[in-house]
Amino acid sequence: MARKLPRRDVVIVGLGWTGAILAHELTDAGYDVVAIERGPWRDTATDFNVGYMPDELRYAIRQDLFLKPAQETFTFRNNTSQTALPIREFGSFLPGNGVGGAGVHWNGHTWRFFPSDFNLKSHLDQRYGAGFVHKDLQVQDWGLTYDELENSYDRFEYLAGISGKAGVLKGQTQAGGNPFEGPRARDYPLPPMKMTLAPTMFAQAAQGIGLHPFPTPSANLSGAYVNPLGIAMGQCTYCGFCERFGCSNYSKSSAQTTVLPLLMRKSNFEARTLCEVTRVNMHPTGKHATGVTYVDVNGEEFEQPADLVLLCAYGLHNVRLMLLSKIGQAYDPNTGEGTVGRNYCYQTNSGVQLFFDDKIFNPFIAAGSLGQTVDDYNGDAFDHTGKDFVGGAGINCIPTNGRPISYRPVPPGTPRWGSAWKKATKDNYLRAFSFSSQGSSYAIRGNYLDLDPTYKDRFGNPLMRMTFDFPDNDIRMSNWVTDRMQEIAKALNPRQSVVSRRTKPYNIVPYQSTHNTGGAIVGADPKTSPLNRYLQSWDVHNVFAIGASAFPQNAGKNPTGTVGALAYWAADAIIQKYMRNPGPLVQA
Amino acid sequence: MSLDAAPPVSVTRRRFLASTAAIAVLASAGGRVQAASLSGILPWQPYSATPPTPVVPGGWTFFTPAEARAVEAIVDRLIPADDVSVGGKDAGCAVFIDRQLSGSYGSAQNLYMQPPFANGTPSQGFQSPLSPMGRYRQGLAGLDAYCKANFAGKSFDGLSPAEQDDLLKKMEANSIKFDSGDAKSLFELLLQNTMEGFFADPIYGGNKDMVSWRMIGFPGARYDYRDHIDKHNQPYPLPPVSIMGNSTWVRR
Repeated sequence: MARKLPRRDVVIVGLGWTGAILAHELTDAGYDVVAIERGPWRDTATDFNVGYMPDELRYAIRQDLFLKPAQETFTFRNNTSQTALPIREFGSFLPGNGVGGAGVHWNGHTWRFFPSDFNLKSHLDQRYGAGFVHKDLQVQDWGLTYDELENSYDRFEYLAGISGKAGVLKGQTQAGGNPFEGPRARDYPLPPMKMTLAPTMFAQAAQGIGLHPFPTPSANLSGAYVNPLGIAMGQCTYCGFCERFGCSNYSKSSAQTTVLPLLMRKSNFEARTLCEVTRVNMHPTGKHATGVTYVDVNGEEFEQPADLVLLCAYGLHNVRLMLLSKIGQAYDPNTGEGTVGRNYCYQTNSGVQLFFDDKIFNPFIAAGSLGQTVDDYNGDAFDHTGKDFVGGAGINCIPTNGRPISYRPVPPGTPRWGSAWKKATKDNYLRAFSFSSQGSSYAIRGNYLDLDPTYKDRFGNPLMRMTFDFPDNDIRMSNWVTDRMQEIAKALNPRQSVVSRRTKPYNIVPYQSTHNTGGAIVGADPKTSPLNRYLQSWDVHNVFAIGASAFPQNAGKNPTGTVGALAYWAADAIIQKYMRNPGPLVQA
Repeated sequence: MSLDAAPPVSVTRRRFLASTAAIAVLASAGGRVQAASLSGILPWQPYSATPPTPVVPGGWTFFTPAEARAVEAIVDRLIPADDVSVGGKDAGCAVFIDRQLSGSYGSAQNLYMQPPFANGTPSQGFQSPLSPMGRYRQGLAGLDAYCKANFAGKSFDGLSPAEQDDLLKKMEANSIKFDSGDAKSLFELLLQNTMEGFFADPIYGGNKDMVSWRMIGFPGARYDYRDHIDKHNQPYPLPPVSIMGNSTWVRR
């Protein structure tokens, strides 16, 4: 029997980027907020300690900061004809855990999606004619526009001190920025980072064949910064320990470095750590939620009543909590009915590795987002007329590290051990680099999330089942973009270049991307989305789900910039509209 | 300050600070940890960090003496001593694997190990009910039996380097069968763990004197390259450091 606690105005599930931003905004508006986080408290000095953080084995290989599969995992299959099996060891993607969430151990690429990524279906229909988008693709509009989200993007970029160069400022194209981006009201708060050799060469080569390279917008700070909350951050030292690591320098943006130092001091905010929410509790009418139930680390169960429930866990966990709590109707791929679990998407990546004889790249001098990007072939920045796909990919030369357990480039055909292996490892370590495509991922009917019929978590609740393979559209897109990458590779004139194309089936073992999107998507129609444009459940008006789970499909860009913007967008809707008159913000 | 506003996990400031220290210490020891209620303060406790414990060579914590001899011989073939570097044994790779196996990695403590177990497709990944400890114990027994049956009663470490290399290649190519364990998956696990040991920070027992980092030119845990960021195409001038420091700093 759960112990029932005193009511709070707002309960937030998960204290990462979105939970921290919403908690900050709501406490500033005077509400009493409790955030319930299943992982531990984490702070820079203690948990990302400079004395031992640069430890590849512990953090990158043994995955010390991540969610442990023993605590919760997912089951996986490529298609509905297979039996899903548990992901016993995380590989392809690495969900976060603890205060700060995946925002602790990200690389820091901080993008805005293109305007055409938001009204995607209507944009493609208008540009290419109805019927151009293949009937198997469940491409949808978000129900909100880039212009509506612009201010929220701006606030997230200034919160996080993003280093970059504007491409389109108040409608005017700026030299050196991304000419394909949507218009922004002001430039990034910090200038771009200093470039290393590999992205410098990549940009020269790309420019030489008529493309438009620009510095990747980065949450690794190019200089000291004080954000609008008065929280100070330091300059990145190019240490090469970003992704999978916390930052010891206070120079990678995270909840720890941008929000928590202020939020934690507020008397109307409380964080409960090592407490795992197991379900959202529903009123018997099923029309509104009454709060959440959680289990603390010693197994004691509590009920936390609240007027408003905000799901701010990693996107996949938001979807699972909605399924476990029966918020909205579960999606059925056979009938196409139901919405929770619909439009699970990922990322469609490929790569080119280049070997040189006469260059020293010093791959260890790096940062998670230090590099150059070409967006000429991303989204709908290019004309798809006559092509057999929609979507596109950003082409990124962002050498993030030279950590040698994982990073040891050798040419194909090199033995994996013995003296020949050793010589090739020694000869090539400093003399290679790679660049990659990060491609869009568009929904099809059979890619979805639901509850597994067999496997359970340690509390006996069903694991979430992921059914996914790369859609043929996305494979065709990736192959076409990879051909363009080979044109850049040729212009770089390496001794040897090695192409890795994206192929089916999707494999859960090698790391690809922790950009799992969809499942609890926004939209204009309750028949095809469980959330309205304010990330509010169509069915249960006092539940909002904030995260990449809300993306109807994924763009060829990292999600965090858009996730941060959605947090501000939802916070505004909650404070300015919902709290004044609780109820559905959009009439179905 | 509303530290005692939340009844269930409400704690005094003193007790809370003590409990965060307990989280840091007990979590790694597998003991009970405390849920915490945090409000009104940015919690921080001195000396609560969790640095790794340096591995001390000498003796075996998991391997039997016979297993250790086989693993030492294997890591010395995967990473042979030559004019480029010392071999895997002298670099400490066998000690590294031994210590990893007797820790949380070896027991698969963090992995999802609940039944039912089934063979999936390759894209569904690792599905063995065996922990790395079990995979080593079973696989090394299979290797020893195979060697004794095929090499006149000798164990792996009694074979010539050419015989050892030939056998490892057959394991890698999945062209031989062991009676106990799977030859190919034992090989893959050994190769993975040997490379981890050779290239990890030397605090874990392998990569002695940062031998692999010197070999390739990785400066280790330097953590600040602002002085060199503009020096494109120029070698980095400083020797590596470990999270334990540099060998010239430490009493030997």
